[in-house]
Amino acid sequence: MTKIIEPKKQRNIFSRPSSETGVWSWITTVDHKRIGIMYGYAAFFFLLVGGLEALLLRIQLSQPDNNFLSAAEYNAMFTMHGTTMIFLAIMPISAAFFNYLLPLQIGARDVAFPRLNALSFWIFVAGGLFLYSTFLFGTAGAPEGGYLDEEVSRLASAPNGGWFGYQPNAGLRYSPGTAMDYWAIGLQILGIASLVSAFNFITTILNMRTKGMRLMRMPVFTWMTFAVSFLLAFSLPIIAIALFFVTFDRQFGTTFFLTEGGGDPVLWQHLFWLFGHPEVYILILPAFGIVSEVLPTFSRKPLFGYPAIVFAGFGIAFIGFGVWAHHMFASAISPVAQAGFGLSTMIIAVPTGVKIFNWLGTIWGGKLTLNTPMLFALGFIGMFVIGGLSGVTHSVVPADTQQTDTYYIVAHFHYVLFGGALFGIFSGLYFWFPKVWGRMYNETMGKIHFWLMLIGFNVTFGPMHWLGLQGQVRRTWVYAEETNLGFWNLIVTIGAFILAVAILVFMANWIYSRRKGEKAPFDPWDARTIEWSIPSPTPVWNFSKAPEIKSLDDFWHQKYGEDEDGRAVRREGTDELLLKLEEEGLNPDEEIHLPSPSYFPLILAFGLPFLGYAVIYKSIPLALIGVILLLIGGFGWGTEPLEEEFETSEETPDAKESSTYE
Amino acid sequence: MSDAHAYPHEPTGVETRKLGFWIFLSTEILFFGTLITTFLIFKGRDFPGIKLTDVYDIPFTSVSSFVLLMSSLTMVLAHNALETDDQEKTRVWLLATAMLGAVFLAGQIYEFTEFYHKGFELSTNIFSSTFYVLTGFHGLHVFVGVVLLLALWGVGQRQRGLSLNEGMNLEFIALYWHFVDIVWIVLFTVVYLI
Ligand code: HEM
Ligand SMILES: [Cu+2]
Repeated sequence: MTKIIEPKKQRNIFSRPSSETGVWSWITTVDHKRIGIMYGYAAFFFLLVGGLEALLLRIQLSQPDNNFLSAAEYNAMFTMHGTTMIFLAIMPISAAFFNYLLPLQIGARDVAFPRLNALSFWIFVAGGLFLYSTFLFGTAGAPEGGYLDEEVSRLASAPNGGWFGYQPNAGLRYSPGTAMDYWAIGLQILGIASLVSAFNFITTILNMRTKGMRLMRMPVFTWMTFAVSFLLAFSLPIIAIALFFVTFDRQFGTTFFLTEGGGDPVLWQHLFWLFGHPEVYILILPAFGIVSEVLPTFSRKPLFGYPAIVFAGFGIAFIGFGVWAHHMFASAISPVAQAGFGLSTMIIAVPTGVKIFNWLGTIWGGKLTLNTPMLFALGFIGMFVIGGLSGVTHSVVPADTQQTDTYYIVAHFHYVLFGGALFGIFSGLYFWFPKVWGRMYNETMGKIHFWLMLIGFNVTFGPMHWLGLQGQVRRTWVYAEETNLGFWNLIVTIGAFILAVAILVFMANWIYSRRKGEKAPFDPWDARTIEWSIPSPTPVWNFSKAPEIKSLDDFWHQKYGEDEDGRAVRREGTDELLLKLEEEGLNPDEEIHLPSPSYFPLILAFGLPFLGYAVIYKSIPLALIGVILLLIGGFGWGTEPLEEEFETSEETPDAKESSTYE
Repeated sequence: MSDAHAYPHEPTGVETRKLGFWIFLSTEILFFGTLITTFLIFKGRDFPGIKLTDVYDIPFTSVSSFVLLMSSLTMVLAHNALETDDQEKTRVWLLATAMLGAVFLAGQIYEFTEFYHKGFELSTNIFSSTFYVLTGFHGLHVFVGVVLLLALWGVGQRQRGLSLNEGMNLEFIALYWHFVDIVWIVLFTVVYLI
């Protein structure tokens, strides 16, 4: 019999939130699974917004001498598009995977600090809303020597200095108004969110592993989470300080990055890319992790060269801190530095290549199941290789000085970010769909989504290679008829709309399958890692008792042995084993203590935007509101226990019901 | 923590919250590292106007640095007192630490206003800007530390007093406090002495 455990309802001033369903249960939740789901939806929302911005850009460029957008609007759109996709879409979608999967993959009941986890999520939401509030409150005047004031509409009242905010262009003189302050402070807030989650994940991986889960038995996705967390922890402080400087320059008249006061615009570039290059690995390593789970599962073979993949991941993360100036070949860095950074950039391609060979080795000779997650994983390999190769061409300095700031670069980073990171993410979304919702997605629609996306993607970004080599410059809102760039630009725009359709198919599939999809079998993919050894959707308590791990791919080895030739043979009694696991997973036989929900992470998080506004508008009342929220949040947090003291009542709950999130 | 018995964790053998705290401190090193690097980069450059060396008062800053150092000592004493469960002494030493920290802060505010009056302002030149942002960022850390110490002291007024293994933990605040002190030693050397 299961003991149900109920928190005591009333405790000093605030009563603790206690609902288990409904909106408030989500808002106050500290459950890593729910937080993961919320991260996913919020990030997907921003992915759609960023996508719309991209479509506006593409409509403008579909014809020469077009005036669909003004120059001011175009600048705002490409800046917001890049910033949104990187900080509000891909990073948080990765965080969604980390949150949901990490505890499951290491056999834990939650992350190390559940409330801190909720805090990260709410700070991310607060930061995203803060950044986007620029469309309501922000202003962007005409820059000195640039376009005219009357061209600046509401749509243009957004940050407009590019996602890398180069100085002095992003300084007051060339970006007047408050929009760029929204950018600098917005990123600052978002950075805090990622930093906090990095501490949390590192600690979780080090300290929450279940019995027998040695480091070298952890799934590759967990390893990549580990590497990304280190990258975040060590690169975000750098950009945080640099953004401080920007805010001081714009608000308090300092000149850190402005030559007129003895400052140094190139210092901004160094600090930005010291963060920025690790950042691109922050974006791609989660996808590496995902495909490293998907490929072996659907090739029915273990991952080829597990230690090599793990070490290559850390190799990339480590060398990633030593290549930043390859983004600055066209700036005033010395020839020796150029040679050095060119070389280190070529070297970083080596561990990347190792991974690719490992993946190819994994599918080589395997029995492939070509379903949607697998197709996306294979698509990922193909597209990522193309992007990686153009990356290596940029490492050759004389070539790069021709390519930089052209569409060739735009092609490169979309092949690695969209073809790489986002394809990997879609692979993962389909792969773990049954785990999260307990239902299967629709395979036909999934495949339509994949093929539309693969075609749309290449039609969109393939031609950018030659457009760039023909000299089309990046971040420019018109090109002249005589340049003969019109034809391919039109094709590119058509490709972008194919991508939009692909996304609609994905959404339709998701909405339909969430409600009406077939019920997922216990272990739909005959998978390898332990998150599949518990019922789907995952019960609130994850594992009814702590699993004990005996090997890498533990769940697989519970199901399969080997014959004399080393071929996998299903053990006798596996079906019974699965039935037993499902039964046990739904009916824990011990008391389970879960961390109680809390309001305080939310309160604390929403103090930050007020501080941001206070800096921009130099307003004491706003600052006070911010500080008071921080104090209430911090004090309440500090004095409330992680778990309420429990009263145990002897009832048998319907475990199946309490384990779903309807 | 109460779920510890039901579920195995902490394979590293380090208490989870402490581990998290160490990781937090290691990123703090990067925050200060970036600031100090910027300071050093700009220090070697030419800049117009008044310099730190024209306005500072080394003896004064040395005294306030000494005060901050002493606060590390009282922090250790508070920790030791709590280990022997001497609630009374713990509270006294906590309060002493907070007070010493506050004295340091007051010294910094006084120093900043002095500099300001002498024309060494935030936007005077690139050196003054880095100086204020760097030392101000540290001052903010001291301020947060003082608030935490006072909060802990407040919690200590309760009937059952403080203990070494509960939520608002003296041990973390002590770690943080020592860290902030050590950073100051580095800053004092880099900014004032060399
Ligand atoms: C084989 C590995 C890679 C190499 C050798 C490489 C090399 C480079 C180089 C040299 C540049 C600078 C080009 C210029 O601005 O002139 C660049 C730009 C860029 N790369 Fe990569 N790259 C690689 C992989 C990646 C990955 C995995 C990502 C992200 C997932 C990525 C994202 C970017 C982005 C976003 C930019 C443009 C930044 C900007 O100017 O806004 N790259 N890459
Ligand atoms: Cu790079």
